Amino acid sequence: MLTGWTWIGLSEPTHGGEFVFVKRLHEPGEQIVLGKRYADTGVAQGRTVLADLARHPATAQHIARKLARHFVADEPPPSLVAKLETTFKDSQGDLKELAKTLVMAEESWAPERTKLRRPSEWIVAMLNIARVMAGQALLGEALRRPPAPNGYPDTEAAWIDGVAHRLDAANYFAERHAADTDPLALLDSGLGPLASAHTRDTIARAESRTQALALLVMAPEFLRR
Amino acid sequence: MTRFHAPSRRELLLASGTLFAWAYLPKLAQAEGRDPRFLAIILRGALDGLATVAPVGDPGWVALRGDNALTLDGKVPPLKLDDFFALNPAMPNLHRMFKSNEAIVVHACATPYRERSHFDGQDVLESGLPKPALGESGWLNRALANLAPGGRVDPNGSKAFAVGPVTPLVVRGSAPVLSWSPERILPASEDTVIRLLNLYRHSDEKLASVLEGHVKLAALERAGDMGQKPGGPDAAAGPAQVRAYFAEVAGTAAKFLARQDGPRVGALALDGWDTHYNEGIANGRLAQLLGALDAALAAVETNMGPAWSETVVALITEFGRTARINGTDGTDHGTGTVALLAGGALKGGRVVADWPGLKSGDLFENRDLKATIDLRAVLKGLLKDHLRADERALAENVFPGSAGVRPMTGLVG
Repeated sequence: MLTGWTWIGLSEPTHGGEFVFVKRLHEPGEQIVLGKRYADTGVAQGRTVLADLARHPATAQHIARKLARHFVADEPPPSLVAKLETTFKDSQGDLKELAKTLVMAEESWAPERTKLRRPSEWIVAMLNIARVMAGQALLGEALRRPPAPNGYPDTEAAWIDGVAHRLDAANYFAERHAADTDPLALLDSGLGPLASAHTRDTIARAESRTQALALLVMAPEFLRR
Repeated sequence: MTRFHAPSRRELLLASGTLFAWAYLPKLAQAEGRDPRFLAIILRGALDGLATVAPVGDPGWVALRGDNALTLDGKVPPLKLDDFFALNPAMPNLHRMFKSNEAIVVHACATPYRERSHFDGQDVLESGLPKPALGESGWLNRALANLAPGGRVDPNGSKAFAVGPVTPLVVRGSAPVLSWSPERILPASEDTVIRLLNLYRHSDEKLASVLEGHVKLAALERAGDMGQKPGGPDAAAGPAQVRAYFAEVAGTAAKFLARQDGPRVGALALDGWDTHYNEGIANGRLAQLLGALDAALAAVETNMGPAWSETVVALITEFGRTARINGTDGTDHGTGTVALLAGGALKGGRVVADWPGLKSGDLFENRDLKATIDLRAVLKGLLKDHLRADERALAENVFPGSAGVRPMTGLVG
């Protein structure tokens, strides 16, 4: 029932790029989606279907899970997902409300850092602690240009094998930025109380600032969020 | 969005512009017809002085290190320097230079720093200050800046030279610096990988197993190759790569210092000396590193050409290591260690030491070789006699607070 949904050609001066329903292209007749019949009411047919899908309980679940997985953990706590689902239904899909629920939920702030930072996130975190500007496609994830509309995979399995390659990037980064760093001060400002005693010890005993910086950005607490 | 790319050496040279502009700068003042060169090589990680130059003549030596003690009648004998000391067999070039009176070993020496942090130790080593203080400049740069015009090295006509991706602190400061970096930097060292693996094993199983898998793969790759691959992105730096890198950076420094219109003082840093585990005697990690260092010295000698007779190379490290071996066949952070000097300008062929002894009572805190010589005395002596630095400037500006440390005499011919 989405046939006929298109946009005006970009070259059209006044309305180029805008949505337009072209009746001529619309497949006539009734459509059945998820067992429900939708009469052919032109553009309204598609709109009705979308509204019904939005209200479908599976949608609430899916969005809730996706949000929780992206921000909190690959296997998010079910209680968190449930909260988000409820908010989605109650607010009729208001993303602002969902964001509020996510931020206010205790489960979102569990101290264990389990999400593996994707390469771009990791690099940004690295650069943040060094306060340097750069932009580059690296380690399999071009910044801001995912290869497909569903974006980049969100779970650890997709990225974790590349972790060993990150050591190379870490080394390269550390070689260039080690000179004026105080690795323990960076550890404190970058990770603070989240750094484990093991990590602190490993960095304190590094043989050079370069090695310390490389180990810092490769520490589990820095690779995960 | 700025684009980030590592500059090639050509770009660095062209961007600095100075290499080609030197022809138009005032000719270097050459008082007394001498044209001295000075290269500082910083060994990061705390070099084990006792394993580098073994006190074979000390009756307590074998008791201290047992199977790890280099002995003249051992399986892999060290190279005799005099009746008391012998050089690790991995350094035949340094031995040859020593025999030609072009090398000096200073033993049981250290900076005034007595804690055990590498960062702070290296700070003190390079800044020339008596205490750690995230310094802005190093003693070599300040020495250059403080040289009187018209002396041996004209500070206005010469820049300090730094090799490596990072300019070492020792040569940073107000005197201008020319820097050069090899196109390929070494990948992370095997030691770094092992430290990371240890960290993961303690706190993140998943990451540990991924890294382990990678290490095994890289080891297989290396075992399957007869020749050394130029190190793809997966391989940690292997011994041959390290050796090649050491020789490349040192050799290049020499090329620049040798030039008629080139810099006269330079510095570079070499990592890897923190041998907490598997230090090995003649075949282990330390021997491999010393072999690479030896090759680097040979590269300097070769590339200096006739200028070698005007050269002093000083190899120094932040502190030494424990007198006894630890539970993982290595040594931990210590105090007294060696400073190795090489170059044709030296009055060489001697080991300079005020030997403190190896009995428990003679060790510093019953742990380390005591330091009986202040490294600053050695460096001041070199700067004073080789570069004609002013003694007062040395005590006040180059090594602040060192008025009580007399420059060592007779190092330079």
